[in-house]
Amino acid sequence: MIKNGTRLASQVCDTQVIVVRSADSLDDLRCGGAPMVELNAERSGELDPSFADGSVMGKRYVDETGAEVLVTKAGAGTLAVGQAVLSLKEAKPLPASD
Amino acid sequence: MATSSDPDRTAIVSGDVRLTTQQLSDLADGGAGIIARSGASHVAYVGLGGAMLPLLMFASARAGVPFTPINYRLSAEGITTLIARLPDPLVVVDSRYLDGLDALAGATRVIVSDDFLVQAREAEPAAEFADPDSVGIVLFTSGTTSQPKAVELTHNNLTSYVTGTVEFGSAEPIDAALICVPPYHIAGVSAALSNLYAGRKMVYLPVFDPEQWVALVDAEHVTSATVVPTMLDRIVTVLQQGGHRLSSLRNLAYGGSKVPLPLVRNALELLPHVGFVNAYGLTETSSTIAVLTPDDHREAQGAADPAVVRRLASVGQPVPSIEVQIRDDSGAVLPAGQTGELFVRGEQVSGRYTGIGSVLDAEGWFPTKDIATLDAGGYLFIGGRSDDTIIRGGENIAPAELEEVLVEHPHVRDVVVVGVEDPQWGQAIVAVVVPALGADPDPEELREYVRKSLRGSRTPDRVVFRDELPTNATGKVLRRDIVEELRAAPAEQ
Repeated sequence: MIKNGTRLASQVCDTQVIVVRSADSLDDLRCGGAPMVELNAERSGELDPSFADGSVMGKRYVDETGAEVLVTKAGAGTLAVGQAVLSLKEAKPLPASD
Repeated sequence: MATSSDPDRTAIVSGDVRLTTQQLSDLADGGAGIIARSGASHVAYVGLGGAMLPLLMFASARAGVPFTPINYRLSAEGITTLIARLPDPLVVVDSRYLDGLDALAGATRVIVSDDFLVQAREAEPAAEFADPDSVGIVLFTSGTTSQPKAVELTHNNLTSYVTGTVEFGSAEPIDAALICVPPYHIAGVSAALSNLYAGRKMVYLPVFDPEQWVALVDAEHVTSATVVPTMLDRIVTVLQQGGHRLSSLRNLAYGGSKVPLPLVRNALELLPHVGFVNAYGLTETSSTIAVLTPDDHREAQGAADPAVVRRLASVGQPVPSIEVQIRDDSGAVLPAGQTGELFVRGEQVSGRYTGIGSVLDAEGWFPTKDIATLDAGGYLFIGGRSDDTIIRGGENIAPAELEEVLVEHPHVRDVVVVGVEDPQWGQAIVAVVVPALGADPDPEELREYVRKSLRGSRTPDRVVFRDELPTNATGKVLRRDIVEELRAAPAEQ
């Protein structure tokens, strides 16, 4: 299983994420239709137009198993596990306590 | 993230120093270079709150070594004793605290804060991405009941806290947080992380002074601030003298230790436009684990239902990423309404100490040693430390129970209740009272006041008076000092 805190990059757009809560499902994490890779890994492929709704900077995305990633750089691709699109996690806003 | 999102935003205001997120990031890279080339395995900081704290936190992280801010108020001997417990450290020290730390020279690398800052501007940068499970911050507990313990917080603990409680970039461009909590306290660490993540300008007040605090709120258009109980008390005193509205302030958080309820009510009345936040957390939990929100405060203030009114004395509800349980002495989980020890679980919970290891149980639960109750609505009430429990004639008595009653008496400004050795009862209950200004309370009347609310066995055996209570910088009452003082003068009534 991928480790919490791992940083991954899209091969086909600018998206970068950090794994906040890992699960086995993230082994098949994709962005823009292509598997996400380590930051320095070689990149190839092109953005799949059916996975091109974009990712939003600073937002957390979750799958049905509870896996969670945080977008550290926005891009044009859609985050997904296999074919299943991740959903934007709506955080209940907490008042500033620090 | 903060840098790529808005590089030219002012991130830090600290005296004459103003840094944008990009400048902070560049300095952290340079600082990481200094740390990496020093070969140190740890970084310690002896100095005031301010730009140095976030700078050294991020520089240490980028150099891949843990960071420990040390309580600069300790004696030189106390400081060197703590530093000696850190492995092969680089010690960064404000020049004003350099005297007395001669013992460190020779054996340890020491650099003055100003020199570090100058060198960081020029240094060859380094920027490593730390292993998330490695230790990022080590904090010494205040040690009010025992020797300070070194709490280890991993990068994963800290980032889980931030991502679990703060929305990235959620602050408005005009927002500013006033930070006056000590840099060596978990609140100082979490303030630097969460405000940067939220995109909120951080304004530092290194040495707390209530007049300066009020002036800075106006000067820097401060929208949120966090204070400990003793600070809130002194701010309220300044506000009561009139002339200040704090019109920019939207959010005032308080925590660190228990705030007397009459003080909270005073503050709510004085600042009707401000949202109050009671934040509860421990060093071992990477800061806040429960929050009483501004809405909770106002609802409790105006409620007819006594259960809702009572919530003003609670620490609110657990944050979403934290689970809580109340357990009895046998470890059984108790239902709402029953009092026991608070256990918590979540990614932000460390529960690990240097030299001791993890104190989490097999399922990952951390024993807080705080006595607590959940009400039917899931609001958490903290009844003090289990270590402070008084055992009088075989009966367990939580001091907080008596303190909550006594502090409501009009002649009482502050109070702490402790147990002292007693030949008849094992421990006798002593209430140490700070009288309200101009009041001369009668000990018998105060005992009678408690007896009317609580059982006879929970009435103080003695009431003594003091001008003030000994507290540490975060407002925590030093009960052990009080007990020792009472033991030294047992005849006093």
